[in-house]
Amino acid sequence: MDKIIDIKGLSKSFGDKKVLQDINLYVRRGEFLTLLGPSGCGKTTLLRMIAGFLQPDEGSILMDGKELAGIPPHERPLNTVFQRYALFPHLDVYDNIAFGLKLKKVPEEEIDKRVRKVLKLVAMSDYEDRDVETLSGGQQQRIAIARAIVNQPKVLLLDEPLAALDLKMRKDMQIELKEMHKKLGITFIYVTHDQEEALTLSDTIAVFNEGRIQQIGTPTDIYNEPVNCFVADFIGESNILKGKMLRDRRVAFIKHEFDCVDEGFGENVKVDVVVRPEDIYFTTDPAKCQFKAKVNTCTFKGVHYEMWVDTDTGYELMIQDYDPYPVGSEVMLYIDPDDIQVMHKERLCNTLYGTVKDAETIELLGADFPLPNTFEAGTEVKVEIPFEAIDLMDNLDDGVIDGEVHFILYMGNHYHLTIKTDDGDFLWVDTNDIWDKGDLVGIQFKADKGIKITKKDE
Amino acid sequence: MKKFFAKLYIWVLLVILYAPLVFIAVFSFTESKVLGSWEGFSPNLYRNLLTGQMQGNASLLAAVKNTLLIAVIAAAVSTLLGTVAAIGIHNMKGRAKKTVSFLNNIPMINPDIITGVSLFLLFVFLHFSQGYTTVILAHITFCTPYVVLSVLPKLQQMNPNIYEAALDLGATPAQALRKVLIPQLKPGMVSGFILAFTMSLDDFAVTFFTRGTIGLDTLSTYIYTDARKGGLTPELRPLMTLIFLVILILLIIINVRQDRLQKQNENR
Repeated sequence: MDKIIDIKGLSKSFGDKKVLQDINLYVRRGEFLTLLGPSGCGKTTLLRMIAGFLQPDEGSILMDGKELAGIPPHERPLNTVFQRYALFPHLDVYDNIAFGLKLKKVPEEEIDKRVRKVLKLVAMSDYEDRDVETLSGGQQQRIAIARAIVNQPKVLLLDEPLAALDLKMRKDMQIELKEMHKKLGITFIYVTHDQEEALTLSDTIAVFNEGRIQQIGTPTDIYNEPVNCFVADFIGESNILKGKMLRDRRVAFIKHEFDCVDEGFGENVKVDVVVRPEDIYFTTDPAKCQFKAKVNTCTFKGVHYEMWVDTDTGYELMIQDYDPYPVGSEVMLYIDPDDIQVMHKERLCNTLYGTVKDAETIELLGADFPLPNTFEAGTEVKVEIPFEAIDLMDNLDDGVIDGEVHFILYMGNHYHLTIKTDDGDFLWVDTNDIWDKGDLVGIQFKADKGIKITKKDE
Repeated sequence: MKKFFAKLYIWVLLVILYAPLVFIAVFSFTESKVLGSWEGFSPNLYRNLLTGQMQGNASLLAAVKNTLLIAVIAAAVSTLLGTVAAIGIHNMKGRAKKTVSFLNNIPMINPDIITGVSLFLLFVFLHFSQGYTTVILAHITFCTPYVVLSVLPKLQQMNPNIYEAALDLGATPAQALRKVLIPQLKPGMVSGFILAFTMSLDDFAVTFFTRGTIGLDTLSTYIYTDARKGGLTPELRPLMTLIFLVILILLIIINVRQDRLQKQNENR
């Protein structure tokens, strides 16, 4: 395989904060690769390391088999399109584009020829004498792209190039970028937080979260077969539910059993299940019906209607369909085996390690939690806390430690929250209470809810 | 009626502010030795000043030359130092940035007399022979913070990716500085230079303590000694008038530039 860029074991920290952890990723020559993830996930940091503005702490970035680390940015055969254009305000359009070529001492006539060619490519032919500050955002972005590709880089890095444009302009530019990529044959590495943009543009998407790559795949792979709840939730709309794999090709969720196409999970294994809202179908044929539900809300969304239904077993599901069903009506529903995506559970409970203080207290996460136990003081223990056994409190003083609601997942009949503690540790909590992202909470463990304490290494 | 008093107030204020200047400008056109007596119109004082044939002390012209030379050198060097310092401060983070910015501000609030005396003691301690060099060094010392202060906002307004964009397009750090950063900072550097120049021009306290005993005089120290000898040299009157005019023109230039920059920013 023709890898133009090969990233191996890359890690980066800013102070105590690990921004990227053990990144392994390669880019094929001529590929359009998108680094996709929420803000602060490390995708821009990775791009800046490829460009040479940051040095990795560990690992290597190879380009055509050669190590890039230690090569300063101005000697790397790649160019960047920056988020806020970063055009030189004291130069006109022509001189902005010619900047790189002049530095390389390219002959005057050739500069002229190449500048005109890229101006034509970005449809800005008559603008060469214009002051860049008099251009609109979209036009500035075109000049920024022209300024980068005129140098004929092997790889073009794009850092959220369309984020500052309005929606209509963004859609147009997406199509143009895609065409440019085809025409030029240059490898594109594109950073965005916009999942729709990523699905539209990319040959390959790498989904980032918390400094790690969650999944690498084609847009259809990522959409249809997300590997975990984060990816399923981040890309498109989805119903994410707790389930149990009964045996090969048979899964139970929302207290019903369904045929599916997944195999090899084993028998009676707890899993997560993703069903896209457009994959739940209405039927009038009782023979096809797999479960019944009552329509709760129905909203027109332009192309389709978005409906929330309550199933006969007490779960809420989102359904998208071209036809509306009246609110309050009883409907019959089914799901194709193909459309059920079964995922391994990332974790079954919170696993923490700590030290026993006395018969009533265990030190965990740097604080003393009241947890009755039968171990001697000083014993190192493993504590397994079910998701339901964590209590979140409005009043921070009521909790043993504080944390912040970091990520929220609706699982049909409850919320699955990721809580980031003050010290940067993560806890996962199932709750029926409604919290918002960023809420500060006090954290307490419910000792009577099946918390398992064992000696460490047993 | 209210409006009338408001206007009157402004006019009275302006008259009080500018009366001394007008007074000196008017009497620069008469040859009388004593200030205040009109002995008929004559441009002779201006001619004496320009040809160097003075009624009074001829070292006045030398003092003017010293003043200008010191101001130009001090302003140029502090513009260079201040710009580099501003870039450094801008790239610092968090606590270090705050601390250095704070340290930069202290010399500006510090009374001149203290700066002057402390520099004097420092030079004596280091066995520097005092003269031109020490005065210029001293002026650079108190001018640089003003340059830092006028360049920093330009850095803050600048798109942070511009420098990186230049590197990305193949510029070495030195080329990026020369071709991208300096052109962006030029307005701030020019304001800083003008500010430093005027600060140096009218300094008395620091110069007085650092000029040593070789008889180096700038305009301010010359006038001080001259006045103590009894009676100001008449040629000072046209000189003051000319300096005032130069400063006025510089001020107008700065204001026009700022207006223009502001309009540019609004057009963005």
